[in-house]
Amino acid sequence: MEKRELTCIGCPMGCQLTVSMENGEVTEVAGNTCPKGDIYARKEVVNPTRIVTSTVKIKGGDKERVSCKTASDIPKDKIFAVMKDIDAACVNAPAHIGDVLIKNVAGTGVDVIATRNVEIA
Amino acid sequence: MKTYDIVIVGGGPAGLAAAVAAKEAGNDSILILERDHELGGILNQCIHNGFGLHTFKEELTGPEYAYRFIKQVLDLGIEYKLNTMVMDIAKDKTVTAMNKEDGMFQIPAKAVILAMGCRERPRGALNIPGYRPAGIFSAGTAQRLVNIEGYMPGREVVILGSGDIGLIMARRMTLEGAKVKVVAELMPYSGGLKRNIVQCLDDYGIPLKLSHTVVDIEGKEHLTAVTIAEVGADRKPIPGTEERYTCDTLLLSCGLIPENELSRAAGVKMSTVTSGPVVNESLETNIPGVFACGNVLHVHDLVDYVSEEAKRAGQNAVKFVNDGCMKASEENIIELVATEGARYTVPSTINVDRMEDLLTVRFRVGDVYKNSFVSVYFDDERVLHNQKRIIAPGEMEQIILRKSQLLEYKNLKKITVKIEKE
Repeated sequence: MEKRELTCIGCPMGCQLTVSMENGEVTEVAGNTCPKGDIYARKEVVNPTRIVTSTVKIKGGDKERVSCKTASDIPKDKIFAVMKDIDAACVNAPAHIGDVLIKNVAGTGVDVIATRNVEIA
Repeated sequence: MKTYDIVIVGGGPAGLAAAVAAKEAGNDSILILERDHELGGILNQCIHNGFGLHTFKEELTGPEYAYRFIKQVLDLGIEYKLNTMVMDIAKDKTVTAMNKEDGMFQIPAKAVILAMGCRERPRGALNIPGYRPAGIFSAGTAQRLVNIEGYMPGREVVILGSGDIGLIMARRMTLEGAKVKVVAELMPYSGGLKRNIVQCLDDYGIPLKLSHTVVDIEGKEHLTAVTIAEVGADRKPIPGTEERYTCDTLLLSCGLIPENELSRAAGVKMSTVTSGPVVNESLETNIPGVFACGNVLHVHDLVDYVSEEAKRAGQNAVKFVNDGCMKASEENIIELVATEGARYTVPSTINVDRMEDLLTVRFRVGDVYKNSFVSVYFDDERVLHNQKRIIAPGEMEQIILRKSQLLEYKNLKKITVKIEKE
């Protein structure tokens, strides 16, 4: 049996959760004081995902960088692979909120999209 | 120079929301004065997500949240001036400002909305011993360098203070390839949101050392190392607990201070607890027609609350312009008192005549309280007793007062907010 320690992010309480797992299945969540902790723990140990936000170089624009995010959450263990693609990317102005800057970033099937407008300088 | 009914000082989230609300309340003579070269304020550099859960029921990044309001300002045709510094607000609400195009100019406003936001506490205010080399930044300065200018301040980082900007920057610097060695926090608890501690520090294995502070800074030209030590209950370093970290960057995330130089010079009465103006239920200061909202009033954790507060300031400014005053009898004024754990309340007074049906009173506590009660007393009678599993200084609390409830209590003079164990 495997045990994982987590801190719940459901509220400022920050309960220390202990998740027991067997063959990749959650068998027990302990330490939570409310149902939020149980839901959070089950998702977090089986399939932790995050939205990654960063900036992409932009040429010919009124700004040096265009801020961006993954259009939806990506697996947590792909964060640095996604960052590598974002850091290598360079786009041309203009860019507007929601525009796709990188397609299928790091093979995740998720696009990186602009989160601010950069106009042609 | 053209005149305006309402001048809004600051084009960040508070100023934008106030302007939109004022326009929607029917006023067509509004001017926003912004010192930066674009609207949006600090949100433009807050590229992480998590904004707008309350307002838009979705998680936006800072620039996206700002743009929702910027677009409304543009669509509504609200006037604004960028690169414009307000120099003075006079008691008669004449606003003196300057920029490159107009030079120095004065606008005799009927109402002024203070929306200048806040500033980070700098090193000079922290009494950190040691050398003064390059490589020491406030977390927000580093955030601007990385996210707007595209520069990395350094490669090996120590962060003092666990405010949200510090936590966000710990993750941001890590994502860009820096090694964040430790986050030291003077207090025995973090000033940041729990979710930021988990998603910015725990996710990347960055240690958070509570009850620790920086006791030495090394480096002649550029930072080379810092020493941190544990502090006791008196917040003084405990000898023998020192640990030295080699690093080229020290980020400071040690609190935010409302930026009220203009307010003070105008004669606005200030709270010594929040460092922001003392306001009534209409978010009006002691100077009739001068309103305050957002981080210039008190530092918020969530921009959603800033927008909501600013909306009320905008609407009230329009009422003031229409009526020439905030109409009310001066009899039903109730004082709000924060005590026993509660540090302050916004507002500080309530004139029941002017109060809307529901009034949100926001406050912060001075310590971490577990399994305690938020209590509200009308004079000596306890009218609210809400149990909370946890109340922490890093998360703003609120209570909602009903006008009908206040009207039932004849001659109510004082409402007290406090934290009780039972």
